[in-house]
Amino acid sequence: MTIIAFQGAIILGMIYAIMAVGVFISFRTLDIPDLTVDSSFVTGAAVSAVFCVAGHPWLALPAGFLASAVAGMVTAVLNTHLKIQPLLAGILVMLGLYSVNLRIMGNRANISLLNQPTIFQSLEGTPLADQAEWLIPLALLLLVIGLLYGFLKTRFGFILRGTGDNQQMVRALGVDTSKMILAGMALANGLVGLCGAVLAQYQSYCDISMGVGMVVIGLASVIIGEVIFGIRSLFRRLLAVVLGAIVYRIVIAFALNLGMPSTDLKLVSAIIVTLALSLPVLKAKYFLWQKRRKG
Amino acid sequence: MLEIQHVSLTFGQGTINEKQALKNVSFTLKDGDFVTVIGSNGSGKSTLLNSISGVYEMDCGRIFLDDVDISFWPEYKRSRFVGRVFQDPLLGTAYAMTIEENLAMALMKGQQHGLQPGISSKESAYLKEQLSRLDLGLEDRMKDKVGLLSGGQRQALTLLMATLVMPKVLLLDEHTAALDPASARKVMELTREIVGKNQLTTLMVTHNMQQALSYGNRTIMMNEGGIILDLEGEERQNMTVEGLVELFNQKNQGEKLENDRMLLQL
Ligand SMILES: Nc1ncnc2c1ncn2[C@@H]1O[C@H](COP(=O)(O)OP(=O)(O)O)[C@@H](O)[C@H]1O
Ligand SMILES: [Mg+2]
Repeated sequence: MTIIAFQGAIILGMIYAIMAVGVFISFRTLDIPDLTVDSSFVTGAAVSAVFCVAGHPWLALPAGFLASAVAGMVTAVLNTHLKIQPLLAGILVMLGLYSVNLRIMGNRANISLLNQPTIFQSLEGTPLADQAEWLIPLALLLLVIGLLYGFLKTRFGFILRGTGDNQQMVRALGVDTSKMILAGMALANGLVGLCGAVLAQYQSYCDISMGVGMVVIGLASVIIGEVIFGIRSLFRRLLAVVLGAIVYRIVIAFALNLGMPSTDLKLVSAIIVTLALSLPVLKAKYFLWQKRRKG
Repeated sequence: MLEIQHVSLTFGQGTINEKQALKNVSFTLKDGDFVTVIGSNGSGKSTLLNSISGVYEMDCGRIFLDDVDISFWPEYKRSRFVGRVFQDPLLGTAYAMTIEENLAMALMKGQQHGLQPGISSKESAYLKEQLSRLDLGLEDRMKDKVGLLSGGQRQALTLLMATLVMPKVLLLDEHTAALDPASARKVMELTREIVGKNQLTTLMVTHNMQQALSYGNRTIMMNEGGIILDLEGEERQNMTVEGLVELFNQKNQGEKLENDRMLLQL
C-alpha cells in the first residue's frame, strides 16, 4: 500500500471516528441499538452541502449536528413515549428521513462541492495550507473527544451513563429517564451528523445513499476498539473507539489495495461485525471443543 | 405521613391473564413508623410497594404523602421522596460505573443535574466518609466498578444510596432475600441502624417471620391482595413466631375452606 493511501485511511478514520463515538453513545452508553444512524448521517452531510453552496462551510458543521440531533430525538420519542421498540423506532425514522434528506438536497440524489468553499480551504494563505487535509479533521476530533469526555464527567453525563446501565435505578434516584434518552439520542445522532457534515466536505460531494451501512461501520469501530484497546476507564473507552475507527479504515484500505472490488466493501463490513459480535460465543465453543478432545 | 386509601390494582385487565393484585387496600404510616410486611408469595407485597413508588398505575384509590396527593405522579417524581432497595441486588446500582460515581448520582437526588462536575472533591470526601460507616472497607475502593462487588456489598451500597438524601418513606422489598446468611445479617444490621438513627418512615417486606417481629414497631400481613392482619403495640410485643404462623395458617385455612366450598358448588 502506498504512503498516500495509508495517510488517506488515517484521515478517513479520524473523520469516521466522530460517527463511531456517536454510535458508542447510543449502543454502549445508552444501550440502545439505534438504526437512525444510516439516515441521520446523510442528514448531516446534506445540510452541510447546502450550507457550503450557500457559502458557510463552518456554519455547516453545527447545522449538520443539530439537524441530525433532531432526528435522534424523534427516534427517542417513538421509543419512550409511543413505546415502539428501539430497533423499529430507528428503522422508521431512518426510512422517513430518506425523503427529508432528499428534500434538503433539493430533490437531487447528489450534490457536488467541487467548486464550493469548504472548511478544508480555511487554512489557505497560511503556512499550514498543505496540512489542512489532516490538521482539520484531527483538530475537530480532538475537540469532540475533549468536550465529550468532559461532558460525561458532569452530573448530566453521570446520569446519562447511569440511564444506559440501569434505567430502574436512575428513576429510583428521581430522574425522568425519557428525558435522558432524548438527550442521549440527540447527542449520539448529532455526532453522527457532524461526521457526515465533515465527510461531505472532505470528499466534496454528498450522496443520498452515502449512509447505507453506516451503523454497522460505527459498530465495527466500537467493537474493534474494545477488543484491541480495552474498556478499562471512560477515557480509555473513548480512545479505543477512535483507534477502532482508524484501524477499520486501514483494514479496508489494505483489502482494497489487495484487489478487493470496492463493491464488496459492505459485505466485508458485515462479516467483520458478525465475527466481532460472535467472538465470545466462538471462544467458548472453542474451549469446550478443546476440553472434549482432551477428554 | 403516608396514607394509602382504597387502592386496587389489576394486572392484564381484560386479558386471559387478568389478576387483581391489590384489593381495596387502605392503611396509614405515621412519621417514624417502621412497618414490616409479611404474606405468602403472590399476596401483593411487592405490588403494594410498587404502587407507592409509582411503578404501576392503580385502578383506583389515592396515595397521600404528607397530605400531598401523589396518586398521579410519575415514578421518577415520587422517587425524590421515596427511597427504595429492591430484592435483586443488580437493580439498585449502575454496574459499569464506579462506587463513587454511583454514590454521587444518589447525592444529586432532588438537585439540578447540569454541567457542573459530577463529583467535587468536597463531595468525594463526604461520600467516602459516609461509605466508611458501612464498615465494609468499600471506602478504599471508591474507583472500583460496582460490577465487581458482591450482592451483599451492593445491597449495602444501595441502602446507603437510598438514604444519602433522606427520603420521606423508605421501601425495602425483601432486600436481603437474595443474599447469603452472613451478608443478609450485615445488611439487616445496617438497615436497623440507618432507619433508627434517622427515624425513617419505613415499609419493609420480609419472608422471615422472626425479622418481621423483631424489627420495627408494627407488622402487617397480606393475603390475596389485601391486608388481613395489622399488629401493633402490646399485641405485637406478645406475639411469637409460632403465634404468627398459627394466625397465618388460620387465615389461609379459611380461604382454603372457601375454595373447597366453591369446588363443591361446581
Ligand atoms: N408485572 C406484573 N404483571 C402481571 N402480573 C403481576 C405482575 N407483578 C405481579 N403480578 C402478579 O400479581 C400478584 C402479586 O404479586 P407480587 O406483588 O409480586 O407478590 P409478592 O411480592 O407478595 O410475592 C401475583 O399473582 C403476581 O403473579
Ligand atoms: Mg415480592
